[in-house]
Amino acid sequence: MAPLTREDVLAIARLARLHLEPDEVERLRGELSAILAHMERLAAVDTTGVEPMTHAVPMTLRLRADEVEPPLSVEDAVGQAPDRDGDLFRVPHILKTASGPAADPAARAGGGPDEDPDGDPDEDPDEDPDEEKM
Amino acid sequence: MSEALHYLPATELARRVRARELGAVELVRVTLERIAAADPRLGSFLHVDADGAERRAAEIDAALARRVDPGPLAGVPVALKDVLVTRGLPTTAGSKILDGWIPPYDATVVERLRAAGAVILGKLNLDEFAMGSSNENSAFHPVHNPWDLDRVPGGSSGGAAAAVAAGLCAAALGTDTGGSIRQPASLCGVVGLKPTYGRVPRWGVIAFASSLDQVGPLCRTVGDAALMLEVIAGFDPRDSTSIAEPAPRLVAGLGRGISGLTIGRPRELELPGVDPEVTFAVDEAIEVLVHLGATVTDVSLPHARDWLPTYYLVAPAEASSNLARYDGVRYGLRAGPPGQGLHDMYSRTRGSGFGAEAKRRIMLGTFALRSGYYDAYYKKAQQVRALIAADYARAFTEVDLIATPTSPTAAFRLGEKTHDPVAMYLTDVFTLGAPLAGLPAISVPCGFTPEGLPIGLQLTARALDEATLLRAAAAYERATEHGSRRPPESNLTGEGASAGAGAAALGRGGAR
Repeated sequence: MAPLTREDVLAIARLARLHLEPDEVERLRGELSAILAHMERLAAVDTTGVEPMTHAVPMTLRLRADEVEPPLSVEDAVGQAPDRDGDLFRVPHILKTASGPAADPAARAGGGPDEDPDGDPDEDPDEDPDEEKM
Repeated sequence: MSEALHYLPATELARRVRARELGAVELVRVTLERIAAADPRLGSFLHVDADGAERRAAEIDAALARRVDPGPLAGVPVALKDVLVTRGLPTTAGSKILDGWIPPYDATVVERLRAAGAVILGKLNLDEFAMGSSNENSAFHPVHNPWDLDRVPGGSSGGAAAAVAAGLCAAALGTDTGGSIRQPASLCGVVGLKPTYGRVPRWGVIAFASSLDQVGPLCRTVGDAALMLEVIAGFDPRDSTSIAEPAPRLVAGLGRGISGLTIGRPRELELPGVDPEVTFAVDEAIEVLVHLGATVTDVSLPHARDWLPTYYLVAPAEASSNLARYDGVRYGLRAGPPGQGLHDMYSRTRGSGFGAEAKRRIMLGTFALRSGYYDAYYKKAQQVRALIAADYARAFTEVDLIATPTSPTAAFRLGEKTHDPVAMYLTDVFTLGAPLAGLPAISVPCGFTPEGLPIGLQLTARALDEATLLRAAAAYERATEHGSRRPPESNLTGEGASAGAGAAALGRGGAR
């Protein structure tokens, strides 16, 4: 296949929820293209009628008895969350509101120091044109 | 010359502790001193739990004083690749994204080691999320090869291999997805065993590629590897992929010899780019096996040259899915300016938390799983994987074991391949087949280059036949001296500056 374009790399990064700096985009474009060139070899292998192998050994999903077992304590579960509210994990806003992102409760907790010098690629999280079913 | 305490086999240390010839506290103190003396040059540990180890050793001595047997690993100081979660001990997976995380539970293998009397020393350095072949992808610091500090220890269990080779622990647990136990074992001159897929439960093992990952031991002797596997193997209901079989009995059969076994040499793996020194050492090792009563024959693995592209689609695809959980919500790092919403937080957390190789594999895997590319890449790789497994199944109707080098070269220099991901991936060319087919494989020391760098022989066996694998490796080990050579002490503690010359003069001596 043709080498990846910058747009390809940005589209994959968006799917992976992975912010990349501009120099990373360019480096990954070259590296992924080189790696994928090595994969071309597989196209020549005749796999007509071959069942995909999804696991190293044949296995069926196992069921266990439906018995209550002691779960992780709440403190163990949420105790190391980057931001918590009592027994809950707190996250930034998911949907935009009329009053805008200022309603974000995480604003109080503060975030990391990241800057976004190039302004892309994940500016508009609520409308992801490249969203795909995987 | 009698071997220093820190180089004694785990089996011998456990024997002495159980017989009360050696105190567990004394042993752990000697080991902690060794770490303090040598690890500043190696960088093999990410976290040393000196207090916890001494406390545990004191419990073991106290149990023995009450005539309670602490178990087959009584007092043995072991260390863990930092993808095995440990209650109360930091676990990072070599990544900034988990820096500072303290797991709330122990992995099954850690529980089993503790229950067998082992003393956990701490957590070992690795390539980030076990992705790499040189340990240079650690987010914290690289590991130096004890045989030559300018060279890599291999990866991704590079800290484990270096620590075992230098006597900083009696044994270690690593993980192997595409060679991450065997290749560093080869480059550091120790024994590394990847068990059959599903043999060892993975509950509490930070996931990289779930259809490939397996936990296994790195040790200085084959007997130690057999004992460690006996302790950690066996079904655990908390891992639905673990095989519903009890732990195999392995140690008892190690002395039975290999008379009557047939060993295959795959023609397709006579590859260009293999160091002639490596080929020479492996040829010589096979002569030793013949001398010991095995028969050698050519065998065909027709898709051997498809291992690499298949692996580098399957493993990154699974990694991109497994690493989706690092999202800045429940544990670990969170990044991003406030007020930009959830997706921005995800993206910036992951962008700043993952290193270059993890990003590369997430990107590659996301590409291979993307609609429109899935059939041509991921599904195609899974089909070729089925053909690769079928190759082995056919070969194992003719032979009992398959012998190859573990790595095409001895340890390469730090920085030598960091700017060329394809060159780095090519170092895995011999180790990818076994995990793709789910088979057990071992690397045992089989010689040295003229510069004194270790070379490893890889043996691969049928699924669940670790007994034959270990029996052959043990027979080979008894017949040669490669596994008893030690790295120059001058590299480790600055003492005994002339040790290297003596070691080099030993050459690659074959059968005794």
